[in-house]
Amino acid sequence: MSEPVTGITTPIRMEYRYTPGRTTSDFLKAMKGGRMEGRRCPSCRKVYFPARGGCSMCGREFAETVPIKETGTLATFAVVNVNFANRVIDLPYVTAEVVFDGADTTTMVLLRGVSPEEVRMGMRVKAHWIPKEEWDYSLANIDYVEPIDEPDAEYDSYKDLV
Amino acid sequence: MSGKLAAVLGTGQTKHVSARKDVSIAGLVREAADRALADAQLEWKDIDAVVVGKAPDMFEGVMMPELYLAEALGALGKPMFRVHTAGSVGGSTAVVASHLVQGGIHERVLTVAFEKQSESNAMWALSIRIPFSQPLVAGAGGYFAPIVRGYIRKSGAPLDTGYKVVLKDRLNALKNPFAHVHDHEITYEKIAESPLLWDPIRYAETCPSSDGAAAMVIGSEAAAAKQDRPVAWIHGTSVKSEPTMGAGRDRVNPHAGRMCAQEVYKEAGITDPFRQIDCAEIYVPFSWFEPMWMENLGFAEEGTGWKMVQDGTTSLTGEMPINMSGGVLSTNPIGASGMIRFLEAANQVRGMAGEHQVPDAKVAMGHAYGGGSQFFAMWVVGSEKPTS
Repeated sequence: MSEPVTGITTPIRMEYRYTPGRTTSDFLKAMKGGRMEGRRCPSCRKVYFPARGGCSMCGREFAETVPIKETGTLATFAVVNVNFANRVIDLPYVTAEVVFDGADTTTMVLLRGVSPEEVRMGMRVKAHWIPKEEWDYSLANIDYVEPIDEPDAEYDSYKDLV
Repeated sequence: MSGKLAAVLGTGQTKHVSARKDVSIAGLVREAADRALADAQLEWKDIDAVVVGKAPDMFEGVMMPELYLAEALGALGKPMFRVHTAGSVGGSTAVVASHLVQGGIHERVLTVAFEKQSESNAMWALSIRIPFSQPLVAGAGGYFAPIVRGYIRKSGAPLDTGYKVVLKDRLNALKNPFAHVHDHEITYEKIAESPLLWDPIRYAETCPSSDGAAAMVIGSEAAAAKQDRPVAWIHGTSVKSEPTMGAGRDRVNPHAGRMCAQEVYKEAGITDPFRQIDCAEIYVPFSWFEPMWMENLGFAEEGTGWKMVQDGTTSLTGEMPINMSGGVLSTNPIGASGMIRFLEAANQVRGMAGEHQVPDAKVAMGHAYGGGSQFFAMWVVGSEKPTS
């Protein structure tokens, strides 16, 4: 008697062409040129980075483009120490939610240059870009952020973003 | 209460395990539905419509499974609806079913939710690569860990609050024969020493991956009058949503969750939830979400939910028992997890919760959340007909 078949594995692959739309296209073109751009809501005045077409909270379309700095504050973070399918970064790694200077939203980026035990909320960090010749239409041009020699930000300055 | 009266006539669930290799998805949902019908002492012909829910199709890799589940759920020639609200779906599916009765459309509606996690890899499905960005997110834990860290910072809660939630829930699960995790050896020390998967979340503080299904029959006042067994009257329902990301959005204490709680209390005539609700089943996939939701639901003041964990208020014998069944931390067939909360709340007020029954529970709450803490579904059920 052979073993009964109770299940089979059928890997599926899907490739698709992604159309990012007007605002994201502008944002990605800026990233390819090495510029970080946000957009400001005309109603609540908050700046979204990455740039988006409109404010999720107010429902208003954005018009104003705002330059965002490469420096920022680590609002909160996780130390990832679990393996999973499709993982490409060595464990453990730190996912940092960074408020880049000029923005009112957090962006999840990789943190390097500090051991996981020493990471703390409020740390000041700076974007480290991949080599210029490899820049693409992607947020991933920012390879990671790393700590800079500045005092930690006051908790009150970022507490609404954690 | 809005619309006509409606009540839970019967409930059913499978014994949740990591892999149900003996049944297909159709067999799994049928098992829960058969049990709900048996509990309600009804037959398939008594059902007017079917409402089914599950988490995203990526979790099993079966697109629109409701297409092939129609037969297994007795939906031939009857209306059948599928509900999609990510992890909260089990709750919102039950709410949609209850509205079909409260709206006077149907007399008896069968509602079913399920997940068969063994057939795929939810961690993979939740770690998809987003175009034009780095592949950083590591499953649900990777998304929620920074938010948990935010709660700890904002509230100043002791770091072992999460351990105490898990210990309570896993001990409660030992009283629930349907719970997935039955860990007789669990101790505080074992939880505290388990590996940090997504610092600050430890392995023991995370939900399991389960195969399971849950089902309920919801009926009208006339249908309830024909029942011999106790029913759970629906006193209030609410579903709310908000964006995944937005400037100024509070991810620790989401606005939509607070709105949803306010609405369900208003409908149920509740002005002091801590006093008027006898017990609650709330969606806690990572330990820290218990104190977070205690605050979001208005059981505790902002920043103080952890005190109710530390002083035993939320234990089975406490003043406000939470997750008497062992909760999502002990059983997580994702799509069904919300419905299990609603179902357990119903069984409590029916006096049919078994060993994890809260003595004399008259009003109970079921709660579910999903997505990036952006979809909420709640109901309040009672042993008596609503008066408001």
